[in-house]
Amino acid sequence: MSVEVAIPEGYVRAFAKPAALSDAKFTYCPGCHHGIITRLVAEVLDELGILERTVGIAPVGCAVFLDRFFHCDFVQAAHGRACAVATGIKRARPDLVVFTYQGDGDLAAIGTAETVHAANRGENITVIFVNNGIYGMTGGEMAPTTLPGQRTVTTPTGREPRLHGYPLKISEMLAQLDGPAYISRQAVFDYSHVVKAKRAVLKAFRNQLEGKGFSLVEILSTCPTNWRMSPTEAGRWVAERVTEVFPLGDLKDVG
Amino acid sequence: MPKGIVVVDKERCKGCGLCVEACPFKVLDFSSEYNSSGYQVTYMAHPEKCTGCAVCANVCPDVALEVYREERSVKGAT
Ligand SMILES: Cc1ncc(C[n+]2csc(CCOP(=O)(O)OP(=O)(O)O)c2C)c(N)n1
Ligand code: SF4
Ligand code: SF4
Ligand code: SF4
Ligand SMILES: [Mg+2]
Repeated sequence: MSVEVAIPEGYVRAFAKPAALSDAKFTYCPGCHHGIITRLVAEVLDELGILERTVGIAPVGCAVFLDRFFHCDFVQAAHGRACAVATGIKRARPDLVVFTYQGDGDLAAIGTAETVHAANRGENITVIFVNNGIYGMTGGEMAPTTLPGQRTVTTPTGREPRLHGYPLKISEMLAQLDGPAYISRQAVFDYSHVVKAKRAVLKAFRNQLEGKGFSLVEILSTCPTNWRMSPTEAGRWVAERVTEVFPLGDLKDVG
Repeated sequence: MPKGIVVVDKERCKGCGLCVEACPFKVLDFSSEYNSSGYQVTYMAHPEKCTGCAVCANVCPDVALEVYREERSVKGAT
């Protein structure tokens, strides 16, 4: 912490910034759920004691600066290619823990092929898929995951499925494949969902340590800036609208 | 003494208000202070009501909150 505050005797620390995180401030906008998801990954690296042998693959998108936030090694992949880069690192160095952290534009648009084939091969990697239904970094264009009727800068009157296609349900698609070990969809719009999402992320990393294979946690996230909502309204939009199209829960779990 | 104490890292806080909304006991509110990035930071407006539950810290997207909780052993001894 950058603040020194005297805590009276008789108190124990119940919550603090995970050791896996550096002191660098997050570059996300105020209230963006990317920050919660980034912190959950750091908490899991701490709890499993794997920080020293973990390599993250950063995407192109608002999470592009992940290497600044974490105290572990990172590779920043070309747009959408994180699962392919992770495959190479994990196959060359199976002793390392390898994870990707990707937005929906990265994972579900330009990188669909790399994602599907890594999942189908059952690569022993962990994938954190941050679905905010939009291209956040580039100014709020429609993503394959944008909801029908949702307004974006490229669908100013709302996404029209007959013209722009339907929301792409990547997790449902991947859950049909034989390769993956674990596919789960979570959210972080309130405390209880944060706790559940953390459990799923923990499992997705533990699966890799146990050699179970491809584990992906999709986490429904927000983009208050490009959705043109307050952080509170954005959380409510996920809870009430996004979860109707993208229901929460485990889609595949080989146990 | 309250059961919990929340310490706000004013330079990390972006004034998003998610903690203010999430606290089950309405402990937190916006202060009149702004940090060097121009964000209006939060503070413990009602520190006596804090339970140390850490709900606020769990929903903070900027890891700006540290939570301290009264030690059980101490509580038991009083
Ligand atoms: C090859 C290539 N094509 C396009 C872009 C422009 N671009 C940068 S980020 C991005 C999409 C980001 O959206 P998403 O992956 O959902 O991440 P978010 O910012 O929403 O977290 C695009 C299309 C690029 N950088 N490289
Ligand atoms: S543009 Fe959207 S996704 Fe990107 S940091 Fe800002 S709020 Fe988050
Ligand atoms: S620790 Fe719990 S009671 Fe105290 S401010 Fe945070 S949410 Fe409120
Ligand atoms: S949730 Fe975090 S960043 Fe947002 S107002 Fe509260 S302390 Fe500040
Ligand atoms: Mg996105």
